[in-house]
Amino acid sequence: MSGETILTVDCLAMRFGGIVAVNDLSFDARRRKITALIGPNGAGKTTVFNCITGFYKPSGGSMRLTHDDGRNIQLERLNDFRISKQAKVARTFQNIRLFPGMTALENLMVAQHNALMLASGLTFLGLIGAPSWRTAEKRAIDLATFWLDRVGLLDRADDAAGNLPYGDQRRLEIARAMCTEPALLCLDEPAAGLNARESAALSELLLSIRDGQGVSILLIEHDMSVVMEISDHVVVMDYGVKIAEGTPHEVRDNPKVIAAYLGADEEEAIAVMESGT
Amino acid sequence: MTGARVTAAVPKATSEATSEATPKATAISHAPGVAFILKKALISALVALVLFSLMIGVRTEAGPTGQLIYWTRFDDLAIIVAAVFGGSIVVELLRQWWGPVGTIRVVPSSVQRSLAVARRAIAPVLLIFTFLVPVIFYDQRYILDLGILVLTYVMLGWGLNVVVGLAGLLDLGYVAFYAVGAYSYALLATNFGLSFWICLPLAGILAALWGVMLGFPVLRLRGDYLAIVTLAFGEIIRLVIINWQSLTGGPNGVSGIPRPTLFGIPLTPGDDGLAAKLGIEFSPTHRIVFLFYLILALALLTNWVTIRLRRLPIGRAWEALREDEVACRALGINITTTKLTAFATGAMFGGFAGAFFATRQGFISPESFTFQESALVLAIVVLGGMGSQLGVALAALAMIGGFELFRGFEQYRMLVFGLAMVLLMIWRPRGLIGHRAPTVFLQHSQAISSDLVKEGHG
Repeated sequence: MSGETILTVDCLAMRFGGIVAVNDLSFDARRRKITALIGPNGAGKTTVFNCITGFYKPSGGSMRLTHDDGRNIQLERLNDFRISKQAKVARTFQNIRLFPGMTALENLMVAQHNALMLASGLTFLGLIGAPSWRTAEKRAIDLATFWLDRVGLLDRADDAAGNLPYGDQRRLEIARAMCTEPALLCLDEPAAGLNARESAALSELLLSIRDGQGVSILLIEHDMSVVMEISDHVVVMDYGVKIAEGTPHEVRDNPKVIAAYLGADEEEAIAVMESGT
Repeated sequence: MTGARVTAAVPKATSEATSEATPKATAISHAPGVAFILKKALISALVALVLFSLMIGVRTEAGPTGQLIYWTRFDDLAIIVAAVFGGSIVVELLRQWWGPVGTIRVVPSSVQRSLAVARRAIAPVLLIFTFLVPVIFYDQRYILDLGILVLTYVMLGWGLNVVVGLAGLLDLGYVAFYAVGAYSYALLATNFGLSFWICLPLAGILAALWGVMLGFPVLRLRGDYLAIVTLAFGEIIRLVIINWQSLTGGPNGVSGIPRPTLFGIPLTPGDDGLAAKLGIEFSPTHRIVFLFYLILALALLTNWVTIRLRRLPIGRAWEALREDEVACRALGINITTTKLTAFATGAMFGGFAGAFFATRQGFISPESFTFQESALVLAIVVLGGMGSQLGVALAALAMIGGFELFRGFEQYRMLVFGLAMVLLMIWRPRGLIGHRAPTVFLQHSQAISSDLVKEGHG
């Protein structure tokens, strides 16, 4: 039984010295759904991401990933690259981190490193050019081509990633994360710096990844049009704690959320809302 | 510097408009550059005037009674300043012709095309020429020895290129692996009588082992810190060799290292020698030629393996590591093993080269494995263009061959050498061949400009 929930974050805490970046945060991300993590700047969203993807070791709490086959993985016990390799959690970065001196295709080939490493017999089979390696490499190129096509970058496959326009780089980073064949895709502000048309295309891409590949998505986003359009579930954070969660509509009308975003008191926010309606 | 960029941009804009114009038209569009070149030359001449007015213009000496006598040499000063003025113009013109990627090129397109053809032909021509060197220069022992030396450094350069050029890990102690390889062969051969062909892989494996041992403590270090620790590692190996007298003979080195055999047939004048078996007259040159082809084969093996590795996941992971380590971790790449394999692979080739060095010399001592060797090999890699196989080969040829070429200049040799380095770094800050060739492509392979390729930071 696979269950409805893919990721359960329970009482997650992250302290840097005396600074509490995340405190007692609990939320669920549901399978084959898009969960958005929003909140004002400095709310601790990226810290949560870094904990989930193994870049930080949380000070407390647990994060459980449940795979389709019912396998449970405690993410806080894995470190570093094993999160991606074993738990199948892929991520993108707020400030794009492609390999700028490698082509778009090469970027996607690097993403398939672990699968290809096995296929190349830890390099030895590959070195002698074994047929099994050749077919594996061809399959890897096919997968990369598939994702390049999906993000609309097929004709730029042989261009250096650093030469691509900003919006293309964002999409390439998502394609690269998808090439690791993840169960959970974590996107850190994928719409940052995109224009309205590119944002709309991104929303479409994310929905198609959710429905087509059946991948669960967890995203941090400031662009509310994207969040409202594609999210199935929204978690709102402020000052390291969860202040609200629910469907996009519920969250939008929550006075606490408005107060957090406007930087005002809760009472004031309620007053503003009531005077508005 | 900014001035140069601004003025370079002006003729570019005009030349784009007249891109299909005749060379004459491009010369006209180039006109605004003349004032700039003259201005720059004038400034250079002024600087030279100020600098040299006292250094060369006035000569002072202590007189017989201790007083100061001086006389002027204004004619020499004038010659120097004029040379700087003229030289500056020439350099600036050359810069604009063969300048870095992106600046205006006044060279006609036909010349550019033929240059591109020549560039493609360099590698095969060089390879064929190398194969023919022992045939052409059979009687010239000096050239053959020099060829062997150059090829040894080509191999070392290619080996270090894996660590520095591909994985972006700055290694200042590469000579340590060269030493490990050399001593492995020397000690195994003299103590246990093992043949060269058994010792060669053993030397490689032992050096790779030491590569991993160096790799472990430096995994967390980056950039300058990594460089310092690798530098120290190179020194540690050398000091251990000097002080462990009972094993390595200390400063006296190891002598009487067996010469290589052609699969068991020695290259000696005796009855069981190769010459006697083939029924030809013995000549000491046979051994030199054999050594030449041996190191050529080893170097080509290094090259072949490196080229293959680049197209395998491990090679791509090395390059990805150089580009962005954090992104690698996010993609599930094990940074530890990736770095260690880079160190081990580079060290293994260093070990092979070391074993060859020992068998060629017949005698090794710690003096051959000083920091200067590490610096030289690193200079070859950097000069060649990090990651470029052809660039490294050309750089080794220029560095080692050029060094020998200027041997006649005695003390000016280092001066010329330094000048050449400075010029090269102005022209090609990313090495002779700065661009990167993709390892896989869908439609067409296009070189990636060096501006995009990262140098790595540890």
